[in-house]
Amino acid sequence: MTHNNTVDVSLVDPTLDKYEGVPGSLIAILQETQGIYSYLPMNVLEHIAERTNTPIATIVGVATFYAQFRLEPVGKNLIMLCQGTACHVNGSELISSAITDELGIEDGQTTEDGLFSLEHVACLGCCSLSPVMMINGKTYSNLTPDKAKKILRQLAAEGGDAE
Amino acid sequence: MRIVIGEGSCGLAAGAGGVHNKLAELFSESNPTNAELGITGCNGMCFLEPIVDVYDDEGALHRLVHVQEKDAATIHKAVSTGDLSLVDKLLITAEDEEFLNKQTRVALRHCGEIDPESIDDYLAHDGYQAISKILAEGLTQEDVIQQIDIAGLRGRGGAGFSTAFKWRAARDANAGEDGQKYLICNADEGDPGAFMDRAVIEGDPHSLIEGMLIGAYCIGASEGIVYVRAEYPLAIVRLTKAIEDATARGYLGERVCGSDFAFTLRIKAGAGAFVCGEETALIESLEGKRGMPRLKPPFPAQAGYWLKPSNINNVETYANVAWIIANGGEAFAAMGTENSKGTKVFALTGKIRRGGLVEIPMGKTLREVIFDIGGGIRNNKEFKAVQLGGPSGGCIPASKLDTVIDYNELAATGAIMGSGGMVVMDEDTCMVGMARFFLDFTTKESCGKCVHCRLGTKRMNEILTRIVEGKGEQGDIEKLEELCYAIKDGALCGLGQTAPNPVLTTIRYFRDEFEEHIDAHRCPAGECRDLITYSIDADACRGCTACARQCPVQAIEGAPKKAHKIDPTLCIKCGNCKTACRFGAVVVA
Repeated sequence: MTHNNTVDVSLVDPTLDKYEGVPGSLIAILQETQGIYSYLPMNVLEHIAERTNTPIATIVGVATFYAQFRLEPVGKNLIMLCQGTACHVNGSELISSAITDELGIEDGQTTEDGLFSLEHVACLGCCSLSPVMMINGKTYSNLTPDKAKKILRQLAAEGGDAE
Repeated sequence: MRIVIGEGSCGLAAGAGGVHNKLAELFSESNPTNAELGITGCNGMCFLEPIVDVYDDEGALHRLVHVQEKDAATIHKAVSTGDLSLVDKLLITAEDEEFLNKQTRVALRHCGEIDPESIDDYLAHDGYQAISKILAEGLTQEDVIQQIDIAGLRGRGGAGFSTAFKWRAARDANAGEDGQKYLICNADEGDPGAFMDRAVIEGDPHSLIEGMLIGAYCIGASEGIVYVRAEYPLAIVRLTKAIEDATARGYLGERVCGSDFAFTLRIKAGAGAFVCGEETALIESLEGKRGMPRLKPPFPAQAGYWLKPSNINNVETYANVAWIIANGGEAFAAMGTENSKGTKVFALTGKIRRGGLVEIPMGKTLREVIFDIGGGIRNNKEFKAVQLGGPSGGCIPASKLDTVIDYNELAATGAIMGSGGMVVMDEDTCMVGMARFFLDFTTKESCGKCVHCRLGTKRMNEILTRIVEGKGEQGDIEKLEELCYAIKDGALCGLGQTAPNPVLTTIRYFRDEFEEHIDAHRCPAGECRDLITYSIDADACRGCTACARQCPVQAIEGAPKKAHKIDPTLCIKCGNCKTACRFGAVVVA
């Protein structure tokens, strides 16, 4: 777990003000926090614990329960590779190998240059276009290992700026 | 003329956004016939996306399919000159049209027809008429629930519980001094391979709101929450707009349609946990906690969200409600079978020719859905099995294709109706691998509360993994079965109790495949990487070099126009060569 104390915790204060006294808002707070920092830095979680008077164990418990939350920073391009049934049947495992082959990272890892992170995600709901992956909100469909590699190369060539 | 672009998530994934931008650009430059450009949700024909519907001045529909950005200019010209023959080559074929013609649409009645971002369009299609009628005529809670009861509506999320029963229980529950009750919509569509709820919210969000309004009226709830999974950003955007518009028009708020009935609605975005589809886990998650199921009883109808009486239904269930009130419970009950009334939406995917959303009256057979509507298996392969109900369901073999779609009949096969995921598999799909896929899923998604589920699924996953790696041992099948029954008995919630279903059904119908993996270290489907070898049929190889160029580890050698060869010691079995070969020369054994 990263103990990055260089992150500015005050960025989350407006969110905490908004939810002050609203019961059951921990998940919403964490979602907004991740929206601010792109992950959940440990010192920010400690700050949330203090301000909401919640044990840090409860907060980390929630943060580690849900797939959406990350405790580590991610690369510039987050590759979300769908692991749904239809994608599985249509060869998502080969796409996963192709990405690993191209970038040298596996599920949950980030490339050394910080350009790409790979995350295996639950069904994205585009089953008829399987296998699919989503990068920075854009869905790439009917993938083949070759097509997936080309997309990554193009993104890398663009300096990682998708779209 | 009117041009309508299908912009559900799948349409956008296929490139509908680019087509829209291009068309908008062209029509802003010149629009001699004052053609209108609009959007709609997914009509379910995902295999033809992106789809552009052109309505001519007589209102006749010309459906254009697989439209690319480069086609925009032609469409612009055709519409501007009135000569629609210019786009003939993009027209849907009569055969593909059958996909929709053979369906009966209730829950999806507006999907792909109306603009999901326009409340006026919904109102023009009899929107909010059902709730207006209830309030204007002063129908009692029981009057309305009775129609739902006559309709025989059962929960579309998977378990198939009677909706009327649930509503009566919540209505009759004591809410204490403040009288607070909640109505919740489960839009945490976590079953991998199912996307009908997404299509309803993206394509017809107001029908969900109206269904919830009617439910809230029946149980006496003044507050509603839709729990939408985070993976559906577009659904959240469209539903947010729909709630704002409905509130502005007085269909939501303190005085619904000017009556004394108050109902407000908000969205809660999930954070990614399959178990939150279980109603008590969903409630825990709504309260900001880890989504771990509660012990029942008390049921949510007695003590749910913040321990207040709460009713939870699935999106598709609510989407049927306004139709039932408008058309009467009998009209709904006229469709389907004795135990299963009305229609059901299925997400037909996998190795199918025409994949997408299919809504049919209950009582049709699996064969009719897969072959008549879905067009059968792609690439002339053999049908092997269909998976129903996702990680809680099972695989049904070819011998059971004539099983009727009915809650009880499907349960008799070992599978379940489930939320409607229908993943079709062909001869190249390994059934042991399929069982392992689902166990891997449930192992990761088990919340950890019950020992049987937490550790049992892990042990099963380990056994299945060693079988697909060719390290299976004698007695493994029996061990799996023993674990299956222990987990079924020992788990608290639906996730755990049904987690063994994919394994039990594959053992029941495909035991020989398990045995072949264990005894002969062979994968009959040629899918398990540790048990297969790739080679090139020298007679079929034309020496085109396509495979060698695609090989990431340079395991293929051979001169141009000469037969190529794969070095098995270097081969990583990635399958690139098989995909690249246009002559079927790459053999997997």
